[in-house]
Amino acid sequence: MALDHRMNEFQTVRNALATVTYPLQVAVDAPVRAGSRILESFTSREDLITENRILRRDNAELRARQLRFDALQMENDRLRALLNTAEKAEERVQIAKLLAVDLDPFRQQIVLNKGSRHGAYPGQPVIHADGVIGQVLSAQPTSATALLISDPGHALPVLSARTGLRGIVVGTGNPRRLEMRHVPPQEDVEVGDLLLTSGMGGRFAPDYPVAKVTAVEHQPGQPFLDIQAEPLAALDRSREVLLLWTGEAPDAAEPPDAFDTDREEPGPTPPPDGS
Amino acid sequence: MKAPIGIPWPITLSLVAALALAIVPVPDPLAPARPEWLALVLIYWIMAFPRHVGILTAFAAGLLLDTLQGHLLGQNALALGVIAWIVLQIHPRLRVYPVWQQMIVVALLVALFKLLTLWPQGAIGLPPGTPWYWAPVATSALVWPAIYLLLRDVRRRWLLQLT
Repeated sequence: MALDHRMNEFQTVRNALATVTYPLQVAVDAPVRAGSRILESFTSREDLITENRILRRDNAELRARQLRFDALQMENDRLRALLNTAEKAEERVQIAKLLAVDLDPFRQQIVLNKGSRHGAYPGQPVIHADGVIGQVLSAQPTSATALLISDPGHALPVLSARTGLRGIVVGTGNPRRLEMRHVPPQEDVEVGDLLLTSGMGGRFAPDYPVAKVTAVEHQPGQPFLDIQAEPLAALDRSREVLLLWTGEAPDAAEPPDAFDTDREEPGPTPPPDGS
Repeated sequence: MKAPIGIPWPITLSLVAALALAIVPVPDPLAPARPEWLALVLIYWIMAFPRHVGILTAFAAGLLLDTLQGHLLGQNALALGVIAWIVLQIHPRLRVYPVWQQMIVVALLVALFKLLTLWPQGAIGLPPGTPWYWAPVATSALVWPAIYLLLRDVRRRWLLQLT
């Protein structure tokens, strides 16, 4: 156990065992999936038509926005070229489905149906349409385990969209609640502040929405503020997530440590985004 | 008669079923109260066939459970090994107990199992931190009669020749 906790070599053992247990996970997942498919096939025509209409409207809206986004992207590239920075905001995403299996109820982990065969790698960001979900913990050939940002062992460097204040968001074990730690009382934090990834950990690209501040308290005598935040993504409700490949290639040299040690520490390496 | 090497298929099948039950999705409020299916099935088979099922089987099954649930490798395996050893020591008595008395023993064993798996979780700094962690002790004891009757039928139908 200590070995598993401390060393990465055990990852191979774990992967081998996971290959054995994967069929079992699929077998458990199959009836659940079949059930939801049957339910889907019973939805009425009207429902489908309404849904279709909503989707079409969304699609048109998103396309229009995409046009503007493309233009902005081009402008951005041009400006970056003027500034001589090599940074590229190129990204690739892939949809992964959650397997309907329960893990330890006191840890916040999920099993995805995409694995190293599809290019998933440990430490890879997992996001959702609304915000950050977590990161891949271990990747087997055809499945991957991801750690949610609400796990008590997960910490994520963030910055406040309003003030640029940097901090670390730590999970609490409750999928609807996060905590922002180590913020001194004189800092300006308000309820409703949007927290974005800061990119300081080197794992998540900057500026993905993470959470919204829901409560700020200061207990007299305490050196830091008590800041609670709610994740923007429905961590316990989504059936599909997005795996994100950011510009930096998956360097196999640096997989996360064993289980809970894969906290993102704001190391000295990544420079703060040019401010 | 020599004890044949290997584990008969009904036992393997029941262990796989227990592993599947350990990850079957249930509504969130019920999730912490999930009985320790694998421990229950192992307790029964060790009690019934101490010469065929033992610490090694328990350890291997525990490793698979660790992988399935995303625990540290060895967390469940070691705890189940200890449980298996205790059952091996007390199996002659356990067999002749009435079911309600077995339920008490099972509750104690599962409590020990939970205690043993709590320790590594605390050591890596992630204790569950809620009394719900102990709910399986009660639920496991409550489902024991069902497990007992079911597996006894299995044993009588397919495994009569075993000792």
